[in-house]
Amino acid sequence: MKIVVDFDLCESNAICMQIAPDVFEVRDDDFLYILNENPDESDRGRMEECVQRCPKQAISIED
Amino acid sequence: MNRKSIHVVGASLAGIRAAEALRRRGFSNRIVLIGDEPHLPYDRPPLSKQVLAGSWDADRIQLTKPEKLEDLDLDLRLGVRATGFDLDSRTLATSNGDEVVDGLLIATGARCRTLPGTEGMGGVHVLRDLDQAMALRAALDAEPERVVVVGAGFIGAEVAATCRERSVEVTMVEALNTPLARVLGDQVGEICAEIHRQHGVDLRTNVGVARVEADSEGRVANVVLTDGAEVAADVVVVGIGVVPNTEWLEGSGLTIDNGVLCDGTMLAGPGVTAAGDVARWPNHRFDEVMRVEHWDNAIEQGVHAAERLLTDEVDARPFTPVPWFWSDQYDRKIQLAGRIRPDDDVEVVTGTLEAHRFAALYGRKGKLVGVLGFNRPRHVMQYKTMIEDGISFADAIAAGV
Repeated sequence: MKIVVDFDLCESNAICMQIAPDVFEVRDDDFLYILNENPDESDRGRMEECVQRCPKQAISIED
Repeated sequence: MNRKSIHVVGASLAGIRAAEALRRRGFSNRIVLIGDEPHLPYDRPPLSKQVLAGSWDADRIQLTKPEKLEDLDLDLRLGVRATGFDLDSRTLATSNGDEVVDGLLIATGARCRTLPGTEGMGGVHVLRDLDQAMALRAALDAEPERVVVVGAGFIGAEVAATCRERSVEVTMVEALNTPLARVLGDQVGEICAEIHRQHGVDLRTNVGVARVEADSEGRVANVVLTDGAEVAADVVVVGIGVVPNTEWLEGSGLTIDNGVLCDGTMLAGPGVTAAGDVARWPNHRFDEVMRVEHWDNAIEQGVHAAERLLTDEVDARPFTPVPWFWSDQYDRKIQLAGRIRPDDDVEVVTGTLEAHRFAALYGRKGKLVGVLGFNRPRHVMQYKTMIEDGISFADAIAAGV
């Protein structure tokens, strides 16, 4: 499972960071950084929640 | 608990996320998704921004990709309107005929309030759905002399911002002394006013609309304000709030009171749940019966209401979110998490109001109840977690994220 963010769409709403702070981090420069591009398969439910609740639909999961 | 079928009424954000949640939970029986618009489920926030600006077209805002929609195996009925429901006989009436339902999830949303006396007048718009957005976009494409926005709430403010980005002259009329004062308080509302004025919006506050005058062809010509001022306008956008779509449920046996009244678990009646803008429920976290019109709530509540239909009474969980929303206006991202009131204690914890970049915490009875950010998304989310954790106002201020 690979986490992909479309940074042209991302507006750093940071909801993903609230759901999974170990995977996503919005820093003081207001940009989003992916801390772990390949979360464990057991984490899929949480990653799908990040995908769904991103207001810009900027996150996707590549298998 | 299993069900023979589940009908989801409302094919918007809450409805489609509910249908997806049912399949994720392994529900394999029939799901009927009914929507009164002809469009596949789409995302509303871009309507007042990218779609209105002309930079995105309708195909960019679909909520679920066609192939994923196919996987969901829905009985999708678009252009069909629910017209009635009877709880005793479990009969759902639609513009396509009646049928008996097992599980029912109500997600019929809300519609815009209109300005009395403007019905049928050309050039008067509201903005809620895709067709309305496209109509307003066409009106802006025709290069109007001036747009009058009635109501400086979030939708009005976003429309004003998009119009200014398109170099259209805007007058915005607000009944309150400061925009958004009831939601954000006077001090922050004043910042919003300042931002609009800096971007060239002619903002009139503490004044209402007395009447809207049309020309001989029935098109808007003039907006007359309660202070006697007249503003010539060829386009008027009315953003004065919404009303929940519950008329079809009158006499259904469900309790209708500013929305579909649910219990703390989103159950509105036996085998009936509600979600999104139409749902009202006691959120025990804030000790308040609320109806929330936020995007994120539609998702979380849609999922919760779907799962509730598959859950026995004893296992039902209360729905106790910390409401959260954002609004993009010009280059500012405004985010608010929690429930704030004008008399809450307020503490700016990062940035300054003057710089229009800050995060402010709101406390009530010693508890952290809200966080408001202007271009401070990281802080808003970190404090939102603290609200969920129920920490004290003092501890939140001291935490220094």
